[in-house]
Amino acid sequence: MENSTVEKEYIGDEELELGLGLSLGNASGEKGAAAYGNGGRILTAKDFPNGFACGTKRERAQKSASSSDPAALRQVVGWPPIRSYRMNSLLSQAKASNVAGEDDESSKKKMNHGGHLGFVKVNMDGLPIGRKLDLNAHKTYQTLAKALEEMFFSPSPHSRGGKEQTVKLLDGSSEFVLTYEDKEGDWMLVGDVPWGMFLNTVKRLRIMRTSEANGLAPKSQERNEKQKSKLI
Amino acid sequence: MAYSFPEEVLEHVFSFLSSDRDRNAVSLVCKSWYDIERWCRRRIFVGNCYAVSPEIVIRRFPELRAVEMKGKPHFADFNLVPEGWGAYAYPWIAAMEEAYPFLEEIKLKRMVVTDESLELISKSYKSFKVLVLTSCEGFTTDGLASIAANCRHLRELDLRESEVEDLSGHWLSHFPDSCTSLVSLNMSCLGSEVSFCALERLVARSPNLRTLRLNRAVPLERLANLIRRAPQLVELGTGAYSAEIRSDTFSNLADAFSACKQLKALSGFWDVVPSYLPAMYSVCSGITSLNLSYAAIPSSDLVKLISQCQNLQRLWVLDYIEDSGLDALAASCKDLQELRVFPSDPFGAEPNVSLTEQGLVSVSEGCPKLESVLYFCRQMSNAALIAIAKNRPNFIRFRLCIIDPQAPDYLTLEPLDAGFGAIVEKCKELRRLSMTGLLTDRVFKYIGSHAKKLEMLSIAFAGDSDLGLHHVLSGCDSLRKLEIRDCPFGDKALLANAAKLETMRSLWMSSCSVSFGACKLLAQKMPRLNVEVIDERGPPDSRPEGCSVERAYVYRTVASRQRLDMPDFVWTHDEDSSLRYS
Repeated sequence: MENSTVEKEYIGDEELELGLGLSLGNASGEKGAAAYGNGGRILTAKDFPNGFACGTKRERAQKSASSSDPAALRQVVGWPPIRSYRMNSLLSQAKASNVAGEDDESSKKKMNHGGHLGFVKVNMDGLPIGRKLDLNAHKTYQTLAKALEEMFFSPSPHSRGGKEQTVKLLDGSSEFVLTYEDKEGDWMLVGDVPWGMFLNTVKRLRIMRTSEANGLAPKSQERNEKQKSKLI
Repeated sequence: MAYSFPEEVLEHVFSFLSSDRDRNAVSLVCKSWYDIERWCRRRIFVGNCYAVSPEIVIRRFPELRAVEMKGKPHFADFNLVPEGWGAYAYPWIAAMEEAYPFLEEIKLKRMVVTDESLELISKSYKSFKVLVLTSCEGFTTDGLASIAANCRHLRELDLRESEVEDLSGHWLSHFPDSCTSLVSLNMSCLGSEVSFCALERLVARSPNLRTLRLNRAVPLERLANLIRRAPQLVELGTGAYSAEIRSDTFSNLADAFSACKQLKALSGFWDVVPSYLPAMYSVCSGITSLNLSYAAIPSSDLVKLISQCQNLQRLWVLDYIEDSGLDALAASCKDLQELRVFPSDPFGAEPNVSLTEQGLVSVSEGCPKLESVLYFCRQMSNAALIAIAKNRPNFIRFRLCIIDPQAPDYLTLEPLDAGFGAIVEKCKELRRLSMTGLLTDRVFKYIGSHAKKLEMLSIAFAGDSDLGLHHVLSGCDSLRKLEIRDCPFGDKALLANAAKLETMRSLWMSSCSVSFGACKLLAQKMPRLNVEVIDERGPPDSRPEGCSVERAYVYRTVASRQRLDMPDFVWTHDEDSSLRYS
């Protein structure tokens, strides 16, 4: 398979978007790129004079046969094809049955394993159209923030925020902060609670202007205590 | 002949034609039949809201009473269609407000409906009766409040699987005391608690209520009272099916159920406490439809319930049922027509339950009327598929989803071509097929040769080349909807079969190898096809012409190809400058 330098330029940025799931170019990760290379030549029957057997495909097949990689699976948008309301319902039932053993190691594993299945809406001040993000594709606040920074502030020609510089949403240095609405309907600053706890309680996200987020500024300990008592 | 036959007589004759196909055929006979038919058509179904415009519909059919419409393509269910793409109901609602003062029914699927639209509906039509919103989004419970408050003759309010912004449960209390016409209420997708008093009173004053689907927030303790007020119910969706184990709660519930002699369908069952399932046993023998797809309970409890339901025709269940449970199902439910098995832990690395291809084989063996299947599992073999095809040549819908999308036959490590080939070869009435697993161009050759009645095909991570797509487009005579993701299909097959696309409702291709150049060419060649390039990376002509587009959505249309509500990540053919996409 040829991969011209021109195509490489365009593929470059997309490789970062595995977790986003919205820009599909190489959403299936290495599987997609290997087989039909984004922007490459169209493969036809002529490329397979010996029948279907194509090196990469077989490698993939063997990989699949031995073990399906759940991490890779999660990066693929819309797979498995289950509606998000169904996934969200599965999750909340898993939680309900785990309530008793919250501190238990295995149920914690189960919780993180199940994660917050489904997509949450993300809105940004000033943009009428929101986006959806698969929280399950992230394990830390850092990757979440990075994904959102790329989604809303990416310096691509089709930039939505229209900003050229990289924006950091978590360190309070930019014009915008990342907030979320929790199960009780309160808006909180993202990053204060452990990731697992965040997953259990987040309903949706909002990228808010720092100037409007004043009431949410963490008062560190006081707030953390308030959080803990709320969530227990 | 037409002039000797009074219009009224023809109209009367036409009034016996309910199917759209028949009515469409009638309109083609001659000009006067076309005219008479269009004035007396009362129901219309628009499979793709962008295939036609409100103006065209209104101009042709001035006296509609019922409108049913679909918006986004099916893959929108799995987040493959970016938000903001379209399918807005408002322009239709606004246009119909003036044109159809006597409109009674609106049924929408996968459309964006706003509170504004709902308010407009509630205030525009004096005899509005039926509102069904399937998998819709964009509205809040405030919109529901308008409907409840203003539609005095409301019969059906069905929100199945819609995404509603749930501001509060207060909307239900807006039904006036004078509203006694309810026949069907489905609020199962809502989160908030409604006022239980208001709900009980509503149920009590609705003697025609046949369908009541509660949401999860309605606790089990409240269920008995509700059912008791509606013993005529035919379809019931419970709320959360859990409570502290108390004998009075149980007997209350059991009594209430036993009064429901007409109950045919049960659903809901969130948070099931198995000890409460026997409260329903008295109705089980009459049950034909059971949706346990939220019930996270072990196989043994599922089997105990299902084996009471000998007349079961439709079962939706989680994979907790396991192969052993499906064996039991095959043994006790000989009338079974439809089975759906959903995964309880789709992202788990290891299987959490013992559900394999064997379960499906058993059911196909034991249930002679089985015709529709949706099955999620983790392994499949050609042998199993071949056996299933032999057992059950009467399949109409066959949808198989193996969690690992490119899993080969787990026994032989070969592609699953032969297995699916057997399905299409034996099941001559097959109308819908979804496939997964390791699949090569060969399976598409089988499909093209055998699947002559196939109307809808869903393909993911399959095939080797354009030949695969070509087989399907050139061979499947009845194909209406084709949706493809992550397959190496591209320009050649598309352009070679351009004419075929006009005979279909739509074609969806995402993460395939379709180039922008081909899309432009297709749009030029076929003026009645709208070729939408949906790409969030910016203008397609800012990339080399050979570069694949993220998504292409091609559909036939008689409306303008430059729809006014196109977001900035969608490109279509620019009619004015035919060589340039704007």
